[in-house]
Amino acid sequence: MMRLDSKIPSGPLESKWDRHRFSEKLVSPNNKRNLTVIVVGAGLAGASAASTLGQLGYHVSCFCFHDSPRRAHSIAAQGGINAAKNYQDDGDSVGRLFYDTIKGGDFRSREANVYRLAQVSTQIVDQCVALGIPFAREYGGQLANRSFGGVQVSRTFYCRGQTGQQLLLGAYSALCWQIERGQVTMHPRTELLDLILVDGQARGIVARDLVTGRISAHMAHAVVLATGGYSNVYYLSTNASGCNVTATYRAWKHGAAFANPCFTQIHPTAIPPGDVHQAKLTLMSESLRNDGRLWVPKLSADHRSPGDIPLPDRDYFLERRYPRFGNLAPRDIASRAVKVVCDEGRGVGPGGRGVYLDFSDVMEQQGLEVVRERYGNLFEMYHRITGEDAYQVPMRIYPAPHYTMGGLWVDYNLMSTVPGLFVIGEANFADHGANRLGASSLMQGLADGYFILPYTIGHYLATATLPPIPDDHAEAREAIQRVETRIHRLLTVKGCRTAAMFHRELGTLLWNHCGMSRNESGLTSALRAIPTLREEFWRDVMVPGSGNSFNQELEYAGRVADYLEFAELLCHDALHRQESCGAHFREEYQTEDGEPRRDDAQFAYVAAWEYREETVPVVHKEPLAFEFVPPTMRSYQ
Amino acid sequence: MTFTLKIWRQSSPSEQGRFVTYEANDVSPGMSFLEMLDGVNQRLLRSGEEPVAFDQDCREGICGSCALVINGIPHGPDQGITTCQLYMRRFSDGASITIEPWRAKAFPILRDLVVDRSALDRIMQAGGYISVNTGGAVDGNVLLIGKDQAETAMDAASCIGCGACVAACKNASAMLFVAAKVSHLATLPQGRPERARRVNAMLDAMDREGFGSCGNQYECEAVCPKRITVGFIAKLNHEYLRAGIVESGLPNEPESPYAESS
Ligand SMILES: Cc1cc2nc3c(=O)[nH]c(=O)nc-3n(C[C@H](O)[C@H](O)[C@H](O)COP(=O)(O)OP(=O)(O)OC[C@H]3O[C@@H](n4cnc5c(N)ncnc54)[C@H](O)[C@@H]3O)c2cc1C
Ligand code: SF4
Ligand code: FES
Repeated sequence: MMRLDSKIPSGPLESKWDRHRFSEKLVSPNNKRNLTVIVVGAGLAGASAASTLGQLGYHVSCFCFHDSPRRAHSIAAQGGINAAKNYQDDGDSVGRLFYDTIKGGDFRSREANVYRLAQVSTQIVDQCVALGIPFAREYGGQLANRSFGGVQVSRTFYCRGQTGQQLLLGAYSALCWQIERGQVTMHPRTELLDLILVDGQARGIVARDLVTGRISAHMAHAVVLATGGYSNVYYLSTNASGCNVTATYRAWKHGAAFANPCFTQIHPTAIPPGDVHQAKLTLMSESLRNDGRLWVPKLSADHRSPGDIPLPDRDYFLERRYPRFGNLAPRDIASRAVKVVCDEGRGVGPGGRGVYLDFSDVMEQQGLEVVRERYGNLFEMYHRITGEDAYQVPMRIYPAPHYTMGGLWVDYNLMSTVPGLFVIGEANFADHGANRLGASSLMQGLADGYFILPYTIGHYLATATLPPIPDDHAEAREAIQRVETRIHRLLTVKGCRTAAMFHRELGTLLWNHCGMSRNESGLTSALRAIPTLREEFWRDVMVPGSGNSFNQELEYAGRVADYLEFAELLCHDALHRQESCGAHFREEYQTEDGEPRRDDAQFAYVAAWEYREETVPVVHKEPLAFEFVPPTMRSYQ
Repeated sequence: MTFTLKIWRQSSPSEQGRFVTYEANDVSPGMSFLEMLDGVNQRLLRSGEEPVAFDQDCREGICGSCALVINGIPHGPDQGITTCQLYMRRFSDGASITIEPWRAKAFPILRDLVVDRSALDRIMQAGGYISVNTGGAVDGNVLLIGKDQAETAMDAASCIGCGACVAACKNASAMLFVAAKVSHLATLPQGRPERARRVNAMLDAMDREGFGSCGNQYECEAVCPKRITVGFIAKLNHEYLRAGIVESGLPNEPESPYAESS
């Protein structure tokens, strides 16, 4: 029977983390040398963790499927990273960042975790500056800030539109140093395909060398997953092509609880989908909403060009519905508002799937140059993709799957329900509740990797009994066997349809039934359709080539196969949560004016799902107590 | 639109590669170059053939994975973009397009259009970092860094490590790549303490990995998707000379704790 013990320290919120750190056992420097930690993933979370653990003296083996750690999906983050520095003296504080995040997450995250995140946030920026990250500066030489959706202070630090790139390159450089020192062994182009448990503890992984196809076991004293999110389950998303659920899904099958899988964030501002060949959706940074105004024609099927639609015929729907936050309403709310106007037939562009994001007012007031300076690169990107000049005609945008708040369940120490298996970054579920605020994922990834995991894993390593195990332990041999069998299966179907065709079909199904809004009959029908699609996949997928060579199609087919199983878990979770909260909007649970209706009496808990062979997964509940911020109806009106 | 593609196929590092011709049909002008290749691969797959291998991930010009030489030019005909940011409307209908991998001694071909660029990582490991431990950093505003200084550092730091500069250079030199990292860190006060050691270590690693030396032809700058300028190579040379002076023990310019705007 699975037990969820969140291990939240008692006592006042402000001192929980300090006292917890003090009570944690330490590993002595001599012993660290004899301990190996596997870190899977080298994005912000993985690279910061691996480098810090290496610096502390552990042996670290770090894995990523990319050809270099510098290419992890974190590289694509544009907007920025939050920190409660209050450099602008605009009323920010640790308490306010904590409050904003709890409220932004629609009261579905843990207070203790979020408070710690807000506390640590200030250290992250200092650390990043020390690593040489070229943050934007004011003329006086101080760090510059911008504001981001869902909050009323300016606490976001940024490097032009390339914040994720710079933060990742910083973490990567720290990792490079530890590789040079021999503390970290890097395994690029190597993919985790299974986890190895010995006596119930996570003791290793099975990985495939993507160049040679060699499958081997790697043993360690603890395993850290930092493998990112699963938005690509929707096929089209703003994520990089390689993002996958494989690592966390395999861990789930070994007994790690999966928490709140249905909390998937749909970002309001992406470039609308074009033709069927499209492979991904491109995000337009949230920062655009600082100056751009969203609108659609008041009347449906108004085919005039935007410039010909006079003011009285326009509906600035976010400003109308949420006067206090206007165009800066949080993501879930903004996305849904876009969907509503498009469903009313007022969407613009091909298929009516789009709304205008218009900069003409700010250009009129402050000049075109100001807009060019602030957003020039984004306008350029928009032009390149759509062929349209947003200085002349308003941009068109449409929501797109972007981030997954759900992930493997972890306790306050970031350990999953499998002892010795830690999960950090987007791969865990911990801090964002039912909706993530902009610029807070980079913060969380680095908080986990630089400042939290290195402490908490030490306590585990100092206190757990971890007998030595050889590389050819029976459990390792068995895990290798499992992986080989599966690869063989994929290669021998020799059907007629490609993995991409199945992926696209699954994505469409999920987008329609488990996307921006969900209802019981849609979810039930998706739960019927997914197993059928999965059976077809295993009957009819075409994967050419062999397992003993560089075979990208084999890699991809393996990921799609996992998505085809995982999608069911997503729908089970969405079906069971009979309330609307954050990004999870159940049509049955809304107010008269279309706002979500949360049900704290029944659903103020984390849904942690346990894998059961051949039957439906079982939900366990971690109740969420709000001692410091009483849950209120989340209003941005 | 339709295109005739001549694509480099090579099944393993040791195998002799060759060009194979494929037709790309049903291409729309709004498709990206990589989506066009996806289409070719889907057709190959459906007929049970092995698809063309190429690296890609973010598809928005930031991860540095995609790396194709298109009609002889790394990242294709447009300046300041990566392969994944190239759209088919850029080509005329019916055109013939040659697609090859990066070619450089330091970048062995793994398969088809995929090369091994880990040599760039090893250059970074030799010195492309500031050695500070996690924890104990001073407040971010203690070091005042002029806006211009920060912008210059950011210009250099924009490098995505794609290796196009190497692929374009007759000597397969990685000078622009090294220059970008050395300049980024030498421009900021945090990077100053190690600047002499860093530039020497990174240049040594570059030689060791089999990259050539700079021939001052500036092909690198022309293909760099992030518009890293050869001005940074001048900065690199300056850093290198300066490191020589530092090592010889001769007096050097005084170091200011602040990086003032110039
Ligand atoms: C376009 C875009 C813009 C964004 N902008 C912002 C922003 O401005 N601010 C913000 O806070 N957040 C932003 N986000 C979200 C944020 O970038 C991500 O949530 C965050 O970077 C995730 O970091 P990570 O380290 O958890 O995972 P990732 O960066 O995704 O890294 C995952 C790592 O795991 C490895 N990996 C995965 N699976 C396996 C496997 N099976 N075997 C081996 N290795 C594996 C990968 O190789 C990679 O190294 C943005 C996201 C997108 C898509
Ligand atoms: S300098 Fe330019 S071309 Fe060279 S690796 Fe960096 S981004 Fe690519
Ligand atoms: S795929 Fe990332 S830069 Fe082209």
